[in-house]
Amino acid sequence: MTASTAREWLPAVAVFVIVIALWEIGFLVLGVQSFLIPRPSVIGEQLTADWSTLARGLAFTGTEAVGGLVVGVALGTAAGFATARWASAREVLLPVAIGASTIPIIAFAPITLNWFGPESLLPRITIVAVMVFFPIMVNTIRGLTNVDPGALELFSSYAAGDRQTLAKLRGPNALPYWFTALKIATTLSVIGAVVGEFFGGPLYALGIYITLQTGASRYPSAWAAILLACALGIVLYLAAVALERVAIPWYAERETAR
Amino acid sequence: MTGREGEGVGGGLPAVPAVVEAIGVGKTFGTGEAAVTALESVDLTIAQGEFVSLIGPSGCGKSTLLRLIGDLTQPTTGSLTINGKPAARARLDRDYGMVFQAPVLMDWRTITKNIELPLEIMGFPPDERRRRAADLLKLVELEAFADRHPWQLSGGMQQRVAIARALSFDPKLLLMDEPFGALDEMTRERMNAELMSIWRRTGTTIVFVTHSIPEAVFLSTRVVVMSARPGRIAQVVDIDLPAERSVETRESERYFRLVTRVREALRQDEPGDVGPALSDAERVRAEGLA
Repeated sequence: MTASTAREWLPAVAVFVIVIALWEIGFLVLGVQSFLIPRPSVIGEQLTADWSTLARGLAFTGTEAVGGLVVGVALGTAAGFATARWASAREVLLPVAIGASTIPIIAFAPITLNWFGPESLLPRITIVAVMVFFPIMVNTIRGLTNVDPGALELFSSYAAGDRQTLAKLRGPNALPYWFTALKIATTLSVIGAVVGEFFGGPLYALGIYITLQTGASRYPSAWAAILLACALGIVLYLAAVALERVAIPWYAERETAR
Repeated sequence: MTGREGEGVGGGLPAVPAVVEAIGVGKTFGTGEAAVTALESVDLTIAQGEFVSLIGPSGCGKSTLLRLIGDLTQPTTGSLTINGKPAARARLDRDYGMVFQAPVLMDWRTITKNIELPLEIMGFPPDERRRRAADLLKLVELEAFADRHPWQLSGGMQQRVAIARALSFDPKLLLMDEPFGALDEMTRERMNAELMSIWRRTGTTIVFVTHSIPEAVFLSTRVVVMSARPGRIAQVVDIDLPAERSVETRESERYFRLVTRVREALRQDEPGDVGPALSDAERVRAEGLA
């Protein structure tokens, strides 16, 4: 980590520490009941106590989120390419994609359980894939088609073929759009996996665990699982950011230069 | 010096092969009621090595004519040949280097890689690409910026990169559509001088669209004055300035006489319509010289 990135992160870390401190002290002083929101220290203790179960849950839910991401991003990217390339694909795929994006998870989750069985990873992988498919596809199309007309004329004057135009103009142009969609998709993936689990699954899965602990009035345990799900989302998001920095370093440089 | 007036430089002399030959070229956009005639019966021959400027008010079709020559759009009537072949063939043969008003550089590429872009597409070997890019960076005096990205350069520098990129594959014909239109007057004059020296060194035939009378006169061997509604050629002015042109050229009596002649050609054809086509700076300049 260089000095400049440390400077970027420092304010966020400071704010985080301050919020936790205020939460702890404020709730202690005001005597807020733990069934409303427990204090961080209480959640922390619970996190340690329940760790073996929570770790299994994190692994399970994390696998669902990442699996769904991989499938949804791959399909969304492929559909985006097909749609940008062939007008006929646009007519077929776009309505399907819009339809898929409007499916309510609450209705869809129980159906996926019927398809694959509650103990399987596949119901949530399906839900996450469906959720991330649309933003990925739409941004891929946008990136491939929202190209400077002057650049297209330039490529035409070079007598560049479709494949060359794709590789050297449309593709690179689409990457920043694609990474924006990927970042949105990472946060969506955790929400999809956790919510998908509310309808059934192994008892240690984070979504089920939250439901069960809340039902049993063990709020600190529920909150420990909630924070773990948040952490999962943040880690996936940061992984997407890191990937973006490696794949298109010029983009972050240009944005900071402006 | 005044005795040489009217001799002309390469006014389509038959001994020099024609690069551009337009006969009765017209372009109409749309059909029926909505049809707009952008260009009507244009006859123009441009010889090899010439520097021809197209000038005229907005809507005179000068950019359309350039785009027709470059096969970015196709004529509705007439015949247009480039190096003796149809424009589409010439484009596929990579006869054109193009420079637009916007530099249109790829932000994800370094300056060197931007200059190499057409060479990559045309399948030049890597060694050759690097050698040419290095030579061109020297030509446009941007060696120090080889590994920078476009947004790190000023507008004038970016346009120099665009010119270097257009020259990279030795096109037979350089088409420039108001390449310095977005630059300030000082930068523009410096770019004019640079383009002049590049043209003298490379001998490339150049067709140059501009709004600026001083720029057209300073750069060209011939200035094609166009008029609007419908766009057509009003007059062709031979620029018989000495081949060697410099800052002094802009202050010479002959130079401002030619500026006046082009200005009158524009005014003569469109009384009262010339004003808006020229920027204030250009008008002040032209007036000051006259």
